[in-house]
Amino acid sequence: MSDTAAQPRSDGDEADDSSAETATEEPTEPDDEGAAGPVSTGAESVVAALEAAGAKTAFGVQGGAIMPVYDALYDSSIRHVTMAHEQGAAHAADAYSVVAGEPGLCMATSGPGATNLVTGIADADMDSDAMLALTGQVPTEFVGNDAFQETDTVGVTRPITKHNYFAGGADTVGDTVGEAFELSRAGRPGPTLVDLPKDVTQDDTDRTPGPATAPAGTDPDPNADQEAVEEAARAIESAERPVCLFGGGVIKADASDEARTFARSYGIPVTTTMPGIGSFPEDDDLCLSWAGMHGTGYANLAITHTDCLIAVGTRFDDRLTGGIDTFAPEAEVIHVDIDPAEISKNVHADYPLIGDAGRVLDQLTAAVREAPDAEAWRDRCEEWKETYPLTYATPDDEPLKPQFVVEAFDEATDDDTIVTTGVGQHQMWASQFWTYSEPRTWVSSHGLGTMGYGVPAAVGARVAADTMGEADRDVVCFDGDGSFLMTMQELSVAVREELDITIAVLNNEYIGMVRQWQDAFYEGRHMASDYTWMPEFDKLAEAFGALGLRVDDYDEVAPAVEEALDYEGPAVVDFHVDPEENVLPMVPSGGANGKFAAAEDQL
Amino acid sequence: MSGDASDDAAVADGSRTTPDADSRPLPDEQPGPDDRDHPEGRRNLEGIRIDPVVEAEHESRRAVISALVEDEPGVLARVSGLVSRRQFNIESLTVGPTTVDGHSRITMVVEETDPGIDQIEKQMAKLKPVISVGEVAGDAVTSELVLLKVEADDPAAVHAVSEMYDGRTVDAGPETITVELTGDKASIDNAIGAFDRFGIVEIARTGPTALARGDTPTAPGEKPGTAGEPTTHDD
Ligand SMILES: Cc1ncc(C[n+]2csc(CCOP(=O)(O)OP(=O)(O)O)c2C)c(N)n1
Repeated sequence: MSDTAAQPRSDGDEADDSSAETATEEPTEPDDEGAAGPVSTGAESVVAALEAAGAKTAFGVQGGAIMPVYDALYDSSIRHVTMAHEQGAAHAADAYSVVAGEPGLCMATSGPGATNLVTGIADADMDSDAMLALTGQVPTEFVGNDAFQETDTVGVTRPITKHNYFAGGADTVGDTVGEAFELSRAGRPGPTLVDLPKDVTQDDTDRTPGPATAPAGTDPDPNADQEAVEEAARAIESAERPVCLFGGGVIKADASDEARTFARSYGIPVTTTMPGIGSFPEDDDLCLSWAGMHGTGYANLAITHTDCLIAVGTRFDDRLTGGIDTFAPEAEVIHVDIDPAEISKNVHADYPLIGDAGRVLDQLTAAVREAPDAEAWRDRCEEWKETYPLTYATPDDEPLKPQFVVEAFDEATDDDTIVTTGVGQHQMWASQFWTYSEPRTWVSSHGLGTMGYGVPAAVGARVAADTMGEADRDVVCFDGDGSFLMTMQELSVAVREELDITIAVLNNEYIGMVRQWQDAFYEGRHMASDYTWMPEFDKLAEAFGALGLRVDDYDEVAPAVEEALDYEGPAVVDFHVDPEENVLPMVPSGGANGKFAAAEDQL
Repeated sequence: MSGDASDDAAVADGSRTTPDADSRPLPDEQPGPDDRDHPEGRRNLEGIRIDPVVEAEHESRRAVISALVEDEPGVLARVSGLVSRRQFNIESLTVGPTTVDGHSRITMVVEETDPGIDQIEKQMAKLKPVISVGEVAGDAVTSELVLLKVEADDPAAVHAVSEMYDGRTVDAGPETITVELTGDKASIDNAIGAFDRFGIVEIARTGPTALARGDTPTAPGEKPGTAGEPTTHDD
């Protein structure tokens, strides 16, 4: 986080006259990033603080209690994208932050607006995505009285935010918003929220917010303790079966380069977590792709047999570890994380290295003097790769396979293409059958597993890429029929904003992942997973004003992919895929990673 | 493509891309879950690598945790919410101001394993209003307060028992007598046992609060009276 030079007027809580005067007198140089212009209301102060903190885009929905802030946005340089639903605003802001590496900003009014944001905030919290949510609130004097559209937003969002604030007054609200914005990205990123009572944003103030800074102590030392690094380096040197496990933290820390350098310098095979996809190129010889419940067999075998697990920026989620007692059972664990609370939370760290992923990987690269003797181990990993390839069958008498669709898009697009997904089988196929090689190209809901994430995330990703001047990157959303139906109203936004996104619905007329579990663990009783009443998505797309296509057969895939990608604007392709197809391999929930089922009959 | 994929006649379009279709082993040619080699080592439920024959579980113990926090609305809700959300077993929680304006001390007694206690400290430290947090050494001065309301049938006897435990009568009426006692958990438990025979009508107990002995700071890094300026913000 780059703090701009502290300015004296940012001190103190009370508006004292002298500081207010200095604020207006002080010339604001155009290139003086971090200094806000003059303001006359709390709402203007909010917007000035956001501009000064570098916010470029906001996603939101209007409403009574947030109206003063929207009014202040009218003259602002910040682009506002009106979403169809606040959940969409939160997911779009989340995806924006994943792609742009800047905090995403979402806004909603009080009560229902704020509660509609909740899923998206919780999603960002689980995936440690930097995001600031601004919510309107009833005027301070009505708070606590069950006033119209009142919800205790601070109370509701307390467990799903990094920190949340109840704005106290017009004079301080700008500083609070600036602080919340910076806090969201300081150290381990996460969502923050500021609840803005209407009187606070309406009241007069001439107090210009100071430069935004995260609260003291929230941006920890990026370097790990050197002695601990040396000890870890010795463990790496003497390992016989080392494996790197790169998590989402590597991507958030922009440490993919350091991660690549480290693994390649010492010839250490690499697995990633699902959020870590893209941190290491999947077409690299050292790469074993991602581990966990539906990760590759070879990644899971490598993790099961490693004697030295170099885990960077991962929180050891149970979808990754399977049963803890069988996770990397022989490994000494080196755990690099910016958040000390992650150390030994789920998996005991023998060598805890607390710091920024990039910096610590640099430290490790420097400290390891001799590559581990892992030639035999690399060969073994290679054998596993050959024995358990990711694969699927395409028999004559069965309908189009969803994996084929994913591969077709991968073939037709460049490496910098951004993929977003909903949650379910399609999400797994999109992560398995696409070869990711760059960070910030895989945008999905991991920790919370939120169906409906894909379409609003595509909107946010597209806006982020455009904002960064990367309009020629493709954005492809793989969605399930069930997931698509949950948030497809955001297609209207994509049409209105002329956002060039392609949505590939892998339509199996099931909520497929549930159907797969019912087949495996509930004797095939398809309770409530049968979605045979799905609308015709291509026609719906047309009704929204987007391009709509439908594909039933293999020979229609390539032309449809091409047409959808070429179309300048939102396109929806409704791929009718094999309803019975399952995601494999699979580690049954809580099972041992090494005992993944590679075929249906092994479940 | 593997399996039945060899019948590529199904593909009218030549663009099917899966490489090396034929070299991929069929699932039934691959070693199945139980045919694979599995390592011996194990971890316990806390993720700690153990020798399977050695005892795996950790014993829980009682620990007193002291946190210095910014005194702002919602701070107690944040702390208690965190503790309950993460399923930590909390025995008592007391809060009160310190010598520094705008700071409060939270004293928490928990019954947890060592890794659990470690996590409580780390998770609490993440909360923004928490300035400092740590376990108070075992020899710390701990004390709690209890108010006991007993039936007033035999005031003299109540008074005698109360003296025995250094208690103080704070209210006496024709029906009930209310006594105030302070002390460590054990002596308060004993006192309550002794008052039992009079018929206890109501009890209010605070749970222990604690300070480290001597000049050891109670919360790590705490400088009594000068523990930094109170930070100001809107919360
Ligand atoms: C909001 C939400 N509700 C329910 C679930 C539980 N769930 C997980 S996967 C899944 C099925 C998803 O179906 P679909 O989007 O059609 O994708 P498919 O698995 O068929 O590819 C469901 C219902 C969820 N993850 N999120």
